[in-house]
Amino acid sequence: MNIATPKHIDQPTVLYMNGVSVSFDGFKALNSLSLFIEPGEMRAIIGPNGAGKTTMMDVITGKTRPDSGTILFNDKEDLTRYDEAQVANMGVGRKFQKPSVIESLTVFENIEMSLKGGRSVWQALVHKLTPARQEKIDEILELIDLKDRQHEEAGSLSHGQKQWLEIGMLLGQEPELLLIDEPAAGMTDEETMKTAELFKRLAKKHSLMVVEHDMDFIEALDCKVTVLHEGRVLAEGSLETVKANQEVIEVYLGR
Amino acid sequence: MSQEIKGGPLTRLIMNDKAGRKLLLVLLLVSVLVPLSNLLVPEGSLFHVSTFTMTLLGKYLCYALLAVAVDLIWGYCGILSLGHGAFFALGGYAMGMYLMRQIGDRGVYANPELPDFMVFLNWTELPWYWQGFDQFWFAMIMVLAAPGLLAFVFGALAFRSRVTGVYLSIITQALTYALLLAFFRNDMGFGGNNGLTDFKDILGFDLQADTTRAALFFASGIALIGGYLISRFIVTSKLGRVLVAIRDSESRARFLGYRVEWYKLFVFVVSSMLAGVAGALYVPQVGIINPGEFAPINSIEIIIWVAVGGRGTLYGAVIGAVLVNYAKTYFTGAFAELWLFMLGGLFVLTTLYLPKGVVGLWAQIQEKRRSSSGGPGGGQSATAEGKA
Amino acid sequence: MLSVFRQVMLYLAVLCCAVNAHAAADSMKPDTELHALAQQLIDAGFREKKALTEALVEINDPKTLEFSQVMVNGDLYYRKDDRVVVIKGEDQITSFFNGEVIEIASSRDIKKISVNNSLRTILRSGIARLQIFSPVASVRKQAAVNLLKSADDIDSVTLSRAMAEEKNSEVKDVLSLVQGIKSLESGDSATRLAGIDALAGSLYPDVRGALANFVRAAESDGRASEVKAATDALEKIEDLLRVNAVIENLYFGLALGAVLLLAAIGLAITFGVMGVINMAHGEMIMLGAYTTYVVQQLMPDHIGLSLAVAIPAAFLVSGLVGVAIERGVIRHLYGRPLETLLATFGISLVLQQAVRSIFSPLNREVATPDWMAGTFMINPALELTYNRLYIIIFSLVVLALLALVLKRTLFGLQMRAVTMNRPMASSMGIRTGWVDALTFGLGSGIAGIAGVALSQLTNVGPNMGQAYIIDSFMVVVFGGVGNLWGTLVGAMSLGVVNKLLEPWAGAVVAKILVLVFIILFIQKRPRGLFALKGRAADMG
Repeated sequence: MNIATPKHIDQPTVLYMNGVSVSFDGFKALNSLSLFIEPGEMRAIIGPNGAGKTTMMDVITGKTRPDSGTILFNDKEDLTRYDEAQVANMGVGRKFQKPSVIESLTVFENIEMSLKGGRSVWQALVHKLTPARQEKIDEILELIDLKDRQHEEAGSLSHGQKQWLEIGMLLGQEPELLLIDEPAAGMTDEETMKTAELFKRLAKKHSLMVVEHDMDFIEALDCKVTVLHEGRVLAEGSLETVKANQEVIEVYLGR
Repeated sequence: MSQEIKGGPLTRLIMNDKAGRKLLLVLLLVSVLVPLSNLLVPEGSLFHVSTFTMTLLGKYLCYALLAVAVDLIWGYCGILSLGHGAFFALGGYAMGMYLMRQIGDRGVYANPELPDFMVFLNWTELPWYWQGFDQFWFAMIMVLAAPGLLAFVFGALAFRSRVTGVYLSIITQALTYALLLAFFRNDMGFGGNNGLTDFKDILGFDLQADTTRAALFFASGIALIGGYLISRFIVTSKLGRVLVAIRDSESRARFLGYRVEWYKLFVFVVSSMLAGVAGALYVPQVGIINPGEFAPINSIEIIIWVAVGGRGTLYGAVIGAVLVNYAKTYFTGAFAELWLFMLGGLFVLTTLYLPKGVVGLWAQIQEKRRSSSGGPGGGQSATAEGKA
Repeated sequence: MLSVFRQVMLYLAVLCCAVNAHAAADSMKPDTELHALAQQLIDAGFREKKALTEALVEINDPKTLEFSQVMVNGDLYYRKDDRVVVIKGEDQITSFFNGEVIEIASSRDIKKISVNNSLRTILRSGIARLQIFSPVASVRKQAAVNLLKSADDIDSVTLSRAMAEEKNSEVKDVLSLVQGIKSLESGDSATRLAGIDALAGSLYPDVRGALANFVRAAESDGRASEVKAATDALEKIEDLLRVNAVIENLYFGLALGAVLLLAAIGLAITFGVMGVINMAHGEMIMLGAYTTYVVQQLMPDHIGLSLAVAIPAAFLVSGLVGVAIERGVIRHLYGRPLETLLATFGISLVLQQAVRSIFSPLNREVATPDWMAGTFMINPALELTYNRLYIIIFSLVVLALLALVLKRTLFGLQMRAVTMNRPMASSMGIRTGWVDALTFGLGSGIAGIAGVALSQLTNVGPNMGQAYIIDSFMVVVFGGVGNLWGTLVGAMSLGVVNKLLEPWAGAVVAKILVLVFIILFIQKRPRGLFALKGRAADMG
């Protein structure tokens, strides 16, 4: 396990990954992966299945320990030393591919749980629903359009609604860096556009990393794109640049 | 663990809990009326509760508290502890040790310091871990501390290593089994396979007297009510919701920033202390504590009480404990051979057909009645009651 | 003068009697020296008997040894009417010289040719000498070993002659020990020290005893250097004994490990393939043991064959019960491991109670077939039982067969596929429902076989499964789930560790220590020693 080594680039980053490798039983999921995201930037990640996108998120969020490499948050925190909860509390929020809301809690409770702060046992025990918190929850409920279903069990929502709830939970955490895994999956065109708008608005005050397959969605995001392949960065640039890249065409787009 | 319950929160706690409210009322009435009927109503009358029955009901109350303790961690947090009987037994032993010291020189060997079994083993002085048990307050602290400490150490090791699911259940079994083996040994100094018994009095009151038994019964009832309220307080707070999140999606709870280990540890320790209190009230009423309480089957029986009653409801645990133990008393009396078949069958049937227990069945029946009577349609508004 | 005359008369009289007796005796047999002497013994008083006995053991006759042995055991009798010499056996009376069975009307028809202690001494010494020169090596060795207990039975001259003539190295070694023990009695200090030297490192308990006695005698005499030499020799022996004790415990540990292996392997399979903890697994073992009992009840005259029948029978019985449990209960609880645990616990209770009701709550007797009984001796301090050896071999064979099934058969392939990635296997057309049922049957069947093995080592009762359920889990948890190799290593290690700790800490504490160790071990390696890695095998 490496201790954080100094960065090799000068500009400030919110996420810095250098030479990160992860193997499972001989299979190299990440192969010396290096990329960085600047504060306030939104980055789209694309790549074929098995390229290592989910594993990359796993190592960033502390679920998997990389075999080698450096991962820094805000230029100072070595993320490889922390577990999921610690990384989350540092300001990294994650939305999963498969919506993972708490099914037996209500929509309201799900969002309440995600609100920033109050993570210790004692705080959770004596937690009170202050007006400020109530307001925040209302805000989010409005945004994700679930206000009228707020007291229903999250398990009774449709797939798309669960996706939205999860986005709402992500917002509640108020993270600095948002890691979003396939947000458009199972959404209608209209919802997809709505999501893209939301992200663009968020990008002003947060940093986002969005993994997606839906090219229309990526186009709507209008941001820098990184292409992953076999655990490495294959190409980086605007969507047009990347789409024109010969290697990318061969490996992924196949057109 | 705060014991101060103010007027406001307490009222809210009870008011929001429709079914629990009824149960608490019943418990309160029972705790008061049964002892009174035993002491004041003359024998022979229809309303007299015999001392024997009162003691039996007292046992049920202790078991009910134990069931609540288990429901807290299993029904709400998904921790299936197959060794909770160990905490019950430890609390029982703590009380037992106090009661042994109270015998003083009235034992067979008339040794004011040493209990009979130690004299029998040719021991000349009291071991260090028996010191202090002649004081009631010390013993009471130990009733909480012994199980609590064990739960803390065990939980810290297990939860921090992220041992979950069946693995965790198996090692809780191994834990209670190891304690069983240990406490059976005569040289451990806890009475060996005979355990601790032949108690004379508690706090100066004769254990055989009806008044003492009545008081113990009342105390058991109050302890159950108290334990219920404490658990209710926990599960209705945000902490309770985090527990549910951990139960349904532990990974998600972590990613939301919750240190799952600490939450699990917290409820596990609280639960162990409740179990300890149950054990401590149980022992003076039955008059004996022996290592058999550590037997794995005892711990697994607790699970069936909670499952039959309906886990994740707290009041279901109370109902289940009383029902199953009543059945056990009845059947081991009338058809002893049949009881084990029934118990085994109960396990199978409950898991297959009654996942929500008796409480869930009742709710289903109510709902059918409501929808068939043409009232406001089915689909109760779901509350965060923490379903199974 | 007169006394000499009287002696001559006596001898003549004896000779006449001998001739008469001889003539009256069994005229079918040729008249051997031994036979003649036997007749004399009948009439002789104890003083004459002494001389006769001394002569007896010198007679060069193939039957001398047997005669002496019968006599020293007090079984030498003669029939009063015709003076036929007989052996009084347990069930029957046999004529000594021609081996025929003799019928007698009452016990007063025969009379004992009595012996006293001095006669016995002569006889024993004579027997030892005769045996030492027996043409059969094993007889010579046994004689030598007997002499360790009573080295005085042989004199030094004969001993030296025997050693000089002895070609067999094993026998010679023992004879050297006998000589060593005799040397301890020598008047010469150098000889005594040489004797101690010869005895050092021998594991025979009699050698140890002789040395211990010598130390006591030497101490009281104040012979310091000899005391030291003997004490050192004793220490060397004690060290060797300790080593042998460890080896013995190791052997017990391997046997326990073999049983744990058989008990746990079924669990490892079902847990690996289905993620299911079967709390009734112990009862599968118990059913196998009871099947053995029933088989033996059905064929009481063929105990030797009983195990060969019991093994497949137990496999079938437990296997079928396992399939029934899977189809009836577990199938409906798919994906809910904790509920499965509880439901199978209920089944365990039902099975235990059923057996109690059908057979009785008491333990049942299961016999060990002859070919499995007995021991083999590696050295005088290390005697190992055969039954354990067979069980160890048996469990390894079962493991090998299982590995074969997993690796080479279609079923095994399907099982492995389902273990690694159920949805994928299902979408490839594998009927996961049947795989589950058969897996469960296989796992339970093997547990049944474990029960057969267990019936040879321990008591068979309705509760016997309970003791092994926790141990089996520990093995699976320790060795890693769904993994044959891991189960082997896990079972053997736990068995050995348990048995090595036992003499040191006592059986109960040893068990507690092992349990605590496992609990702590899980903290470090939650997936066991040889866990199946990869996201698909993620469970719990």
